[in-house]
Parts: sequence; structure tokens; C-alpha cells
Amino acid sequence: MMKELNYPFDSALLLKKKRSLRRALISDGRPRIKKKIAVLGGSTANEIADMTELFLLNNGIEPEFYLSEYNRWWQDAVFGNEELDGFAPDIVFIHTSSRNIVEFPDIKKDPADADRLLSAELERFGTAWSGIKKRYACPIIQNNFEQPYFRIMGNRDFYDKRGRVNFVNRLNSAFAEYAESAEGFYINDINYLSACYGLDKWSDPSYWHMYKYALCVPAIPDFAYNLASIIKSVYGKNKKALALDLDNTLWGGVVGDDGVEGIEIGQETHMGQVYAEFQKYLGLVRDSGVLLTVCSKNDEENALAGLNHPSGSLRPDDFIIIKANWDNKDRNIAAIARELNIGEDAIVFIDDNPAERAIVSAQLPDVAVPEIGAPEDYIRRIDRSHFFETTAFSADDLKRGEMYKQNAARAAEQAQFTDYGEYLDSLEMTAVIDDFLPIYLARITQLTNKSNQFNLTTRRFTESEMKAVYEDDGYIRLYGSLDDKFGENGIVSVVIGKINGDTLDIILWLMSCRVLKREMEYAMLDSLVDRAKARGLKTLTGYYYPTPKNNMVRELYKDFGFELISRDEHNNTVWRLELDTYVPKTSHIKIERND
Amino acid sequence: MQEKEIYERLDEVFRDVFDDDELTVSAETTADDIDDWDSLSHITLITAVEDEFGIRFKMGEVSGMKNVGEMVDIIKERAK
Repeated sequence: MMKELNYPFDSALLLKKKRSLRRALISDGRPRIKKKIAVLGGSTANEIADMTELFLLNNGIEPEFYLSEYNRWWQDAVFGNEELDGFAPDIVFIHTSSRNIVEFPDIKKDPADADRLLSAELERFGTAWSGIKKRYACPIIQNNFEQPYFRIMGNRDFYDKRGRVNFVNRLNSAFAEYAESAEGFYINDINYLSACYGLDKWSDPSYWHMYKYALCVPAIPDFAYNLASIIKSVYGKNKKALALDLDNTLWGGVVGDDGVEGIEIGQETHMGQVYAEFQKYLGLVRDSGVLLTVCSKNDEENALAGLNHPSGSLRPDDFIIIKANWDNKDRNIAAIARELNIGEDAIVFIDDNPAERAIVSAQLPDVAVPEIGAPEDYIRRIDRSHFFETTAFSADDLKRGEMYKQNAARAAEQAQFTDYGEYLDSLEMTAVIDDFLPIYLARITQLTNKSNQFNLTTRRFTESEMKAVYEDDGYIRLYGSLDDKFGENGIVSVVIGKINGDTLDIILWLMSCRVLKREMEYAMLDSLVDRAKARGLKTLTGYYYPTPKNNMVRELYKDFGFELISRDEHNNTVWRLELDTYVPKTSHIKIERND
Repeated sequence: MQEKEIYERLDEVFRDVFDDDELTVSAETTADDIDDWDSLSHITLITAVEDEFGIRFKMGEVSGMKNVGEMVDIIKERAK
């Protein structure tokens, strides 16, 4: 990660040095996925594309941009054009602002006329969105509207239907309503962003009149960071866990020295209130599906005592893993990543001590280590970093912490058995394996885009693409969920095969690492074979494309009994299985279908 | 502020913006003298100069600037 591009960044520096920063990023040799982004702008967007590129490059995405001609966004969206069609965007970003509202309500007319104008404006945008959907079937990112920079009626502008503020707020509500039910449609919330930045500075009219920028140029890095956060979340590059220091991070003082009664947390002191609010914030982050862990230099006994302080709101139970010891923190964080079966690049380390942060950054360059400032800055620094930008939200997100806990209970159970098969039987596992269902598409897409380790092809899908697969009879699709006596794991595996003559090309095979070594992959294979046979197919063809993260499944098809067909110079391998001699492999899981 | 210091700091800004460590500017330098100095990089340049000297150019000044010398005159007058 390039430090200059982490929040809080120096916007002036990024604008000034964008060329050399880009050069350094492009030549750093890190692996990146390529994505084509069409920017349909109602105002100038060049600097926005440049800055967004830097932030995406820093997050493992190499973008290529198409920029619409000045203020041709609507025409491009509705009618397309040859260049844009040829470009075939992976994402369309509609960069409009309050400057692009065609007609504001007229103060001389009846307030009801504002309703007509509202419908007209919404219809105009609706036509653009459906045009893009039909033409490019890709995710859309749409700006909402920043507040107008003048108010003819002053405060009345807010509640009079003829007011501009009123009009913009109603448009924003209508956009929110649309986004809530639309698939693959995301709002870039410039209403919030411009408020954070300061509307007067944001809307400085000289940038509009001189360069047709709808926002001031110095605000563009903030804008681009926000936009890039949505894009990286769509492509599964969110963080998954927080590793939190304790002393002077979750409370004031050092619990080992000051004793549990001596630490500052709660309503009694100003600083105590700040730490109490921070703990509450972390509780909300946890509720959204982020895993909390502790990484603290402490005796465990003291750490637990601090976490049980009556004025704090987090409890030891809220953390999946507590590493309170005197080892180096980088070693503890590496252990946390291993134990949770997540990449080091999915972890955010929060520590008030710059020395600890420096060691972790140096030893584990993939871990995000934000400069979190003083305690009163912690919430804002974490929040504005967009580590956990939520573009898809499924029921499983709410239960994730619970699931990881159950895994710990399973590990304890396993210790009691000497025979692994007996252990598996004791779990009383039931899998539901079946064709996709519409209600699961969001979760299936989310799992597909964030699975890195147990993933044979690491192919990513947007929700729209997944829906297209779901509606196409030329595919055999399977999702698998797994329950056992400790609880539900939800959907943990996805397989997609494309029918190709009398073979099935397995274009996607992935599984969540939290059900490793449970025979779930065998259960999926058995079901896949059944379905392929039912469709009259003779063979399965499997593909393994190596990445820095998926080494664990290098030999999966071999283990399944596939025969190696070919291997190219990049070690991509192709495998084949004859269906007529296949013997089912699952013996410890009861398999059901959804009905 | 002395003109010499302004030009030194401007050189740094130009080098960063145009990613060219060899660049130096003089009063007579115009957009025609620097390959990448087009209307888009002009915005970046103006923003970077404003940040460097802690000033804001007025709209009329930006559109009226004919060469670097005129830019320096404004900076001399306004920067502390």
C-alpha cells in the first residue's frame, strides 16, 4: 500500500504529484484486476478519473476509463455510442450534480408544479439507468445531489416545495428509494461528502465557470476516495476484521499499571466519554458483520478485566480472538489471520502507539494500519477510511461473528476425537445443495467476489452478471449451505458449470474457508455429478488458475479423481472427470435440496 | 517575498505537476513551452500554485494570465 493514498491523505500533494505517484504504482509489480469504468459526466471529470485511478491502483484494481464528451452523459446512457459500446464497461459511473438539474421549481408557480418537475427529472434519470442496464448490463454508480449553494427563500427553501433545497432533498429521497430495491445500483453520496468538506468551498462557482467542474478541484481527492471505495467494495476488496489494541485505544490508561478501577472509560471524565463512545461505535461496526479481535501487549487476565469494566460496552465475548500477550504484534496479527482463515490484507490494525503501528506496517505490508490520531479522532478516522464500505448486505453478515464463534466450539469438540470421521459424524451435518434461488443471488455474488483461497478460477461476477447466469439454461449452478449441531453456516460454497457439448466446463468453484475439511467439497461434487448426468453430459472439465492466494486448491481436482489434461507455462491446469465411473464421495453429511 | 524565492518554489511545483525534474521556468514561460501544459493540466497547475503559496487567484486573473511572469506578479503582491 502506498502511504500517501491512505486516509487521511494530503489532497494538495496527490493533485500535484499524481503523475509520479501513478508511475510508481504501475511499476510496483503487484497483481491487479483490470476493470473498465465509463464515466458519464454532466461536468468535467478528468481529474476525478485521474484521482480515482490512484486509489484503485493502490487497492489492487487497474482501471481503464472512458470519459463521455462534455455533458453528453444522458445521450450516452440512453442511446450509447460506438466508442462506448466498443469499450464495453464493467461499471458505469454517472457523474451528475445539482448543476445538471434541468429545471428547478418556479417560485411564481403553484407549489404543485414542483411535483411535475420532480417526476420529469426522475423520469430523465430513470431512462438513463434503464438504458445502461439494457445496453451494458453492468453495475451503475450514480451521484446523488449536493445541496444548492444559494437559498432564495432562506430557511424556507427547506420546507417550501418551490425551494431548491426542498427539491434537491426530494430528488435524493427518490434516488434512495430506487437504489434500495435496484440490483447493481449504488449511490455515490456527494450530499454527505460535500457536507463533510464544507458546501461553500465545495461549490466554489469559479471552478464551474472556468473549467465546468461541479465541485472545487481541491475536493476531488475526497470525492475520488469515496467513489473508489464503492468500486473496490463491488469487487470484493473490503476489509473483514479489526485487530484492536486495548490500553489508550479502547480505554484511557494502562490496565496492567492502573488497575481496572484506574482506567478511564465511562461518563465520569471527558476522555472517559470519548472512549465509551468509541466502544459503542465498534459495537455497531461488529453488528454490521465485521470481526473484532484484540491484539494487545498485556497479561490476558488484565485484558479481560479491562474488557469487563462496567462502563465499557464491549465485552470479551464480542471478540472472536483475544491475543493479549507479550509477543510482537505483527506475529499476533499474522496468527489472527491464520486462525480466522482470512488474508492479512483483510485486517485493519488499530493502535494509539505509532511505534507499534510502524512495526506492523513494516512486517506485514498488507495489513491496513491507519493513522488514527487522538482518541477523539478515532471514530472519524476509521469511518472515513471506508474499510467496510457495504455495497451488498446479506443476512449472513449479521451472523458472521456468531459463526466464527461456533467454529471455535467445533475446534474444541474435535480435540475430543481421535478419529476424524467420528468427529465429522458427531457434528451432525446437513447440507442444502441446489440450484440458485433469486433471494440468494446477493449472498452468492458477495461470496464469489470475496473468496480468494478456496477458489479455483477466482472469477468475479457483478450481481447483474450473476443474474444473467441464473437466467441462462446453458449453465448448471449450485449453491451449498451447511448446518450442524453448533449452528448454521449459511451459504458457504458456489459452483457454476457451463454446458459445452457433452462436457461441463466448471468456470467457478469456491468455498468459504470456515468449512474447510468438513467434506463439503465432496458433497458439492456429488451433487454436481448427479445434475450433469441428468442433463446427459459425459464429463466434467475443471480449471485451476493459480493466484498468490489459492495455492490450497492446487491439487483439488486431483484429490477429486480428475485426470490432468494440460498445464501451460503459467501453471494453469485443466482436468477431466469421466462421469460414468464416478463413485459418490460424501459419507458424513446429509444432503438435502431446497423445497 | 523575493522573486528569486518565488521562482525556486514555482520550479518545484512545475516539476511535480509535469513530472519532469529538469523543468525551470522564467517570466517569459508560457503553455507553449511545456509539452504537457494543456487546459486540463492548467487546472492542476493553478491549484498546486495556490496551495504552494497559500493564495487564491481570482477568476479574472486566471483567464488573463499570459505568462509565468504575470503569475509571479500576483503571487508577489498577495503571498505573505
